[in-house]
Parts: sequence; C-alpha cells; structure tokens
Amino acid sequence: MSRLFIYSSTAIFNFVCNVGDMSILLGKTIYWVFMPPLKMQRILIQSKKVGPDSFMISALIAFFIGVIMSLQMAGQMTKLSAEIYIPSVVSVSLTRELAPVLTALIVAGRVGAGITAELGTMTVTEQVEALKAFAVNPIKYLVVPRFLALIVMLPVLAIFADIIGILGGFVICVNKLGLSPSLYFTMIIQSLTVKDIVTGLIKTFFFGGIIALVGCHQGLNVKAGAEGVGKATTASVVISFILIIMADCIFTTMFYFVFDV
Amino acid sequence: MIEISNLCKSFENNIIFSNLDLTVKEGETMVIIGRSGAGKSVLLKCIVGLMSPDAGSIKIRGEEVTTLEEKEYNKIRMDMGMVFQGGALFDSMNVEENVAFVLNEFMNLDPSIVRDKVRDSLLLVGLQDIEKMMPAELSGGMKKRVSLARVLCMEPKIIFYDEPTTGVDPITADAINNLIVDLSKKLNVTSIVVTHDMNSAYKVANSIAMFYHGQIIAQGTVDEIRHTKHPVIRQFISGDARGPITDGENLVFGHAE
Repeated sequence: MSRLFIYSSTAIFNFVCNVGDMSILLGKTIYWVFMPPLKMQRILIQSKKVGPDSFMISALIAFFIGVIMSLQMAGQMTKLSAEIYIPSVVSVSLTRELAPVLTALIVAGRVGAGITAELGTMTVTEQVEALKAFAVNPIKYLVVPRFLALIVMLPVLAIFADIIGILGGFVICVNKLGLSPSLYFTMIIQSLTVKDIVTGLIKTFFFGGIIALVGCHQGLNVKAGAEGVGKATTASVVISFILIIMADCIFTTMFYFVFDV
Repeated sequence: MIEISNLCKSFENNIIFSNLDLTVKEGETMVIIGRSGAGKSVLLKCIVGLMSPDAGSIKIRGEEVTTLEEKEYNKIRMDMGMVFQGGALFDSMNVEENVAFVLNEFMNLDPSIVRDKVRDSLLLVGLQDIEKMMPAELSGGMKKRVSLARVLCMEPKIIFYDEPTTGVDPITADAINNLIVDLSKKLNVTSIVVTHDMNSAYKVANSIAMFYHGQIIAQGTVDEIRHTKHPVIRQFISGDARGPITDGENLVFGHAE
C-alpha cells in the first residue's frame, strides 16, 4: 500500500514538474516566435510532416468513426423511428468532439512521438549542443517551426476529419438506413451551427500546441542514450494523451458553463 | 586569449573540477590530457558556454563570459568553433548543408559563393565530391573531418577539439593531427584539444596540461611533459595499468588484484 502511495505520488510529482517545465518552454517558444527572422522553409517542412503526411491515417480513422457512430445509433434510433436524426448527431458529435480529439491523439502518437525521437537523438548525439555552439538557439531552430506547424496544421486536419467522418455516416445512413443523400445533408445543415465547428477547431489549436511542447520538451531533455530516447518517446505519447484529454475536458466545461455553447 | 581561474563545476555530489586555473595564449595549441570521464569535455563545454560553471571566471580575449547573456555570448561564439567527439553533424542535412550551416544561418550569401566556400573547406580537410552524401553514409573519420570543415567555414579564431582522434584508425588520426597543426600554422587559430591519445598530444601541442582529480596538475611544453618525473603523468603517458592513478581501484582492466 505504501509502495503504491509512493509510486503514485512520484508519478503525480513528475507530471506536475513536466507541466511546469513545459509552461516555461511555452513562454520561451512564444518569445522566439516573435523574434525575427522566422524561416518559412523550416515551418513548411514541419507542416508537411504534420499535415499531408498525417492526412491519410486521420482521414481513415475519421471515416470509420463516422461509420461506427451511425451503425451504433442505427439500432436504437430505428426502434424509435428517429433514424432521421442520426446525421445531426453524427455531425455535431464529430465536429464538436470526436474529430478534434481523435485527430489530436493520432497526431500525438504519430508526429509527437516522432518529434521526441528526433530531438532526443539530436540531444544524445550532441547535435543540440552543436546548435548552441554555433550561436543558434535550439528553441528558435527546433521548437518554433514544430510549434507553428502543429497549431496551424492540426485544425486543418480536423476540418478534413469533420468532412470525412460525416461522409462515413453518409455511407451507412444512405445505404443501410435508406435515407436519401439530400435528406442526409439537409439534416446536417439544419442541425450543425458555426459554433459547433468553431469550438472544435479552437480546441485543436491548443491540442497542437500541447503536442509540440510535450514532444519537444521530452526530446530536448533526453538522458542516457538510446534507452533514454525510447523512454522519452513513450512519456511523450502518454503525457500528450493525458493533457489533450484534460484540456478537452476543460474546454468543453468552459464552453458549456461560461460561453453557453 | 583564454584565462580560466578558480573554475568549479559539479553534478550533484560529483565534483568535476574545483578551483581550476588554465591560461591559453593566442595562437597556441593547448592539449588537455586526462583519463576518460575525468571532465575534460565538461571543461570545454564550460568555455563554449554549453554548460554553466558553478563558480570561477572564464575570460576570452579579456572579456568575462560566465556572466554574459546568451545574446552577448553568441557574438563571442561566432569566433569560436567546436569539433565534437562524435562529429555532431546534423543528420537531417547532407554534407554540403552541414558545412554551410553557419553561412546559411547568419550570412545572406549567394548560393554559388556558399558552394565554393563549402568545397574549399572540405578540400582543407582532405575531402571532395561528398557534398551530397548524408552523415549516415560517412565513416567515423570522415564525420570528424566534415565536422572540422563545418567549423572552418566560420573562419574561427579559436577552435575546440573534443577527442578528435578517438575512434578513428591510426592513419586517419595522423591525418587529423596534421590538419590541426596546419590550421594552427596557416590560420593562426588558437586551439584547445582534449584528448587521451598521447601520440596526438605530442604531435599537435605547443603546450600540454594534465587534468587529474578536477585540477590541472601540470602544464608544460611537449618535452617537459614527455620527460616529467611526476608519477601520475608518467603513468598516464606510458599507459601503465598500475600506478598512482589506479591505486585506489580494486580492478585494473578486468584483473582482480
């Protein structure tokens, strides 16, 4: 029991320390974002890794989520003769919650882990120290392009996930439940509001920042060689997942209670 | 040129060096010798500003650098180059991009001028036609030479070498040693070389300092060090497994006493 207590309190302490360190990293990153020169080429390279390179997997997941949601609801809604409302539920759930969160989790697993592994390897092979020795700030050179790429590209991926998830629902509603295509889209247009889409996208902006900061922080603080890189990569994914879900909870509560959306 | 006085550095309870004093004159090649893990690389990193010393003073060209802001330190770093132990080439860039790194970062030069400078720097270290190769395709010796070419592209006044001949074959090691000597003569750069390779030390040094138990225990010319009677230095330069350095160790290279 006492061992469990020690283990849990150590884990919580480490988590809080990590969040504290990341807040400092966030401050430094924002400072360096506004310090010229901002080299677009570096941001574009990272944006490609986040956006186009992650598009297929996030689109695939979103499509299947749309399919699964429609199928799960089909049974219950058909009993109530309310299958006409499935497009509304699918579209609102996807845009407000599922597409932003799932896309963020996919990108955290794919890109966040990649950032940690890359920067971690650079740290243990003295490449980060070499940057400093050449009078180049590692935050400006390594963190800023990844941070900007993620906060810009994650909302873009989420928009595509919204659309493709809705198309997943379309396949089931039209082919299995017999809704006409025009009715499907009419129901979506009637129920979906701009605020549903915007609240989802606001979240992804912050999720992108979380993924970048966690990935970079873990990578830049790697110790103990290859094993350290492996541990940091695992920690990066775990911390990103926890923070994304926590941030989602905070945003959803805030939108519900404060902004009434 | 570089004056270090009363420098202290420790990691938690492990004292790396305490009250260390060292002076390197302009144009001199100072070789710091000592056992692996003694803290020689930490000393270099403190001078370059990659680590902060706990106490003490480091003056480069008369300017105290331990209290400098990063921005001010960077101005001094533009005159310094460091050749890292493993090369520390950026593995996402090819050789040309690695060598041209500082030019591309800080100077808005015409691409053809950059290419020429890269080719010249590579020629200086005896390499050619490898511009498009990636660091992963290079041997250990080539990586070190590319790393040196990257430093030369900056035209530095001070070069730090962290174990430049470790992990390379004797012929490549000798080529690197010749290169260090040539650069010192041709470009009049001040160099600090950290090594435990005595052949290299004898070949490149104007002055040798022995680092032991966090202190510089002796400093002198190559001949002075070669003919010293100091038992610690004698054991180190002769490479004996038994002697004052290894006195307190229960195991000497795997053989129980």
